[in-house]
Amino acid sequence: MSRQISLLIVDDEESVRDSLSNWFIEDGYRVECAENAKKTLSMLDSGDFDIILADIKMPGMDGLEMLRRIKSLNKDAVVIMMTAFATVDTAVQALKDGAFDYITKPFDPDDLSHLIRNATKQIFLAEENDVLRNKVIALENVEDLIGKSKPMMKVLKQVEHVAQSDSSVIITGESGTGKELIAKAIHSNSQRKFFPLVSVHCGALTESLLESELFGHEKGAFTGAMYNRKGRFEMADGGTIFLDEIATISSKMQVELLRVLESKNFIRVGGNKEIRSDFRVICATNRDLKSMVEKGTFREDLYYRLNVVNIHIPPLRERIEDIPLLVDYFIKKYCTTMNRPQITIDTAALKRLEEFDFPGNVRELENMIERAIVIGNGKEVRLKDLPLGKDLIDSTVESLDDHEKIHVNQILNKYRWNISRSAKALQVDRVTLYKKIKKYGLKPSG
Amino acid sequence: MNQPSIILIPFGYFENDFLKKIADDVGREYLLPVRIRDGHLDLSEFHDPVRRQYNGNALLKVVDSQFSAGSLKTLGLFSVDISIPILTYIFGQAYLNGRTGIASLYRFNNERYGMKKDEQLLLDRFRKEVIHELGHTFGLIHCHVPDCVMRSSTYVEDIDQKSAHLCFRCRETLGSSTELTNMPSN
Repeated sequence: MSRQISLLIVDDEESVRDSLSNWFIEDGYRVECAENAKKTLSMLDSGDFDIILADIKMPGMDGLEMLRRIKSLNKDAVVIMMTAFATVDTAVQALKDGAFDYITKPFDPDDLSHLIRNATKQIFLAEENDVLRNKVIALENVEDLIGKSKPMMKVLKQVEHVAQSDSSVIITGESGTGKELIAKAIHSNSQRKFFPLVSVHCGALTESLLESELFGHEKGAFTGAMYNRKGRFEMADGGTIFLDEIATISSKMQVELLRVLESKNFIRVGGNKEIRSDFRVICATNRDLKSMVEKGTFREDLYYRLNVVNIHIPPLRERIEDIPLLVDYFIKKYCTTMNRPQITIDTAALKRLEEFDFPGNVRELENMIERAIVIGNGKEVRLKDLPLGKDLIDSTVESLDDHEKIHVNQILNKYRWNISRSAKALQVDRVTLYKKIKKYGLKPSG
Repeated sequence: MNQPSIILIPFGYFENDFLKKIADDVGREYLLPVRIRDGHLDLSEFHDPVRRQYNGNALLKVVDSQFSAGSLKTLGLFSVDISIPILTYIFGQAYLNGRTGIASLYRFNNERYGMKKDEQLLLDRFRKEVIHELGHTFGLIHCHVPDCVMRSSTYVEDIDQKSAHLCFRCRETLGSSTELTNMPSN
């Protein structure tokens, strides 16, 4: 047994409670007893039990009604119903209402042992299943981290270091650079890897939804709150919580978040019981949080609480040497997914991809390759299978000057006419760039 | 000062030789003196005519209150079929970390299961049950080691599979029991 299983015995007869309680204590279980449904429900409010062994016939609320209430609070609860007056109808009803099993009093000692052993096995299997599922998901996704370029190697080195610590991390980078993958890599290389990695896309939720998502809610806390629901912080107990698009959260949520990060305690929406959870925080954003702090739109204390370690993922255009590796990886990935023979990319197509500036970064490249495999001839990825659009040089333009004019204009527009950054991208000095602008009569558009 | 001892009290007919062998085995296992004392109870008071069995909870209580004074541990030995309200039968039961337990011979007879009489097997099963229930009185809970005497047994076949001895870990737990460590030495 990997941990002590807790049992709650519910029966109005003291002799039954005592006998069962002695039996299970001798078997090494942690046992508590309740004499009626009311006490049971209040005990469940203040603590969880792995298995509830409950009589059906009790004064006041009967066992079946209590079973329905327990299931409405926690649909995963393992409840075993017992009765001295067995009928097929009550047995069927109990099982329909979610009972794990049904047993008639008095029990054969061997039946009771088997029943509890099976219930225990199911609890451990469910727990193990959760852990393994999260582990597999994490490991699968870490494989997507491709890159041998200098900037990417630096990021991977940082991931390796950061994973060993328990510090908060902010991952920055343009959209589509793989911030979530980096978070998964940190988690699956950390000591928390056998516990869940829980992701929350803060930008996709309204303030009230985000609050309920993060902290959970009690049944009836708001319209539609049909069940008690664990929040993401609670789910991440022992593991890591990944807050994507952290810059989008409201000022109120910033305050709440800061409080939780500092105390690791919180209260579910509509609840009154403090819950403690041990989690690590990783955040991601494509915005400049520092300048948001300066403008007063992001709390400075929260920024410093989160920004213990900063990992910046470079955009794809700054690591062109990774493009062939990524292309190769995505071709293999999608050929396998679509059950097609493995193909390659022709040289011209690869060259064009290396010239493209990928505003949507790796995500855009992945989508391009997926599309090319879907619409392609099944032998190789050709230039005409790639949706490179207007960003590439028009093949009808033939003179070198015209090519240069179009390219310089594109770069200037891309960097919003920031001369220093454009010159750096073009790998010329500022004076040369001014000369080119003058020569081609280029002007900022709009 | 008398050294604390384990007392075995037979309620009903048990052969002297049989009891002596049980007492010797118990003494060897717990390294304590074991004595056999006569006990008399009107068992009809504990009989449940509906179940045609004897109430194990009531028997345990009466042995504890009337027969256990002056001994370190007391175990009532019965030859009738014992049950408790929630279970159809029990081989025995004891107060965990208490001073009293009971054990019954009734379900250990091979003839009950349509097999040939086997006195040696009967003795073997009963001594395991007695040592097991005494283990509970010393605070030992059920053990997962397959051949440990403290392994939970709900069928006689389970009892036959385990040994009559405590495993290393149970023995260690027993050794740290304050009752044993505080005992005067010989």
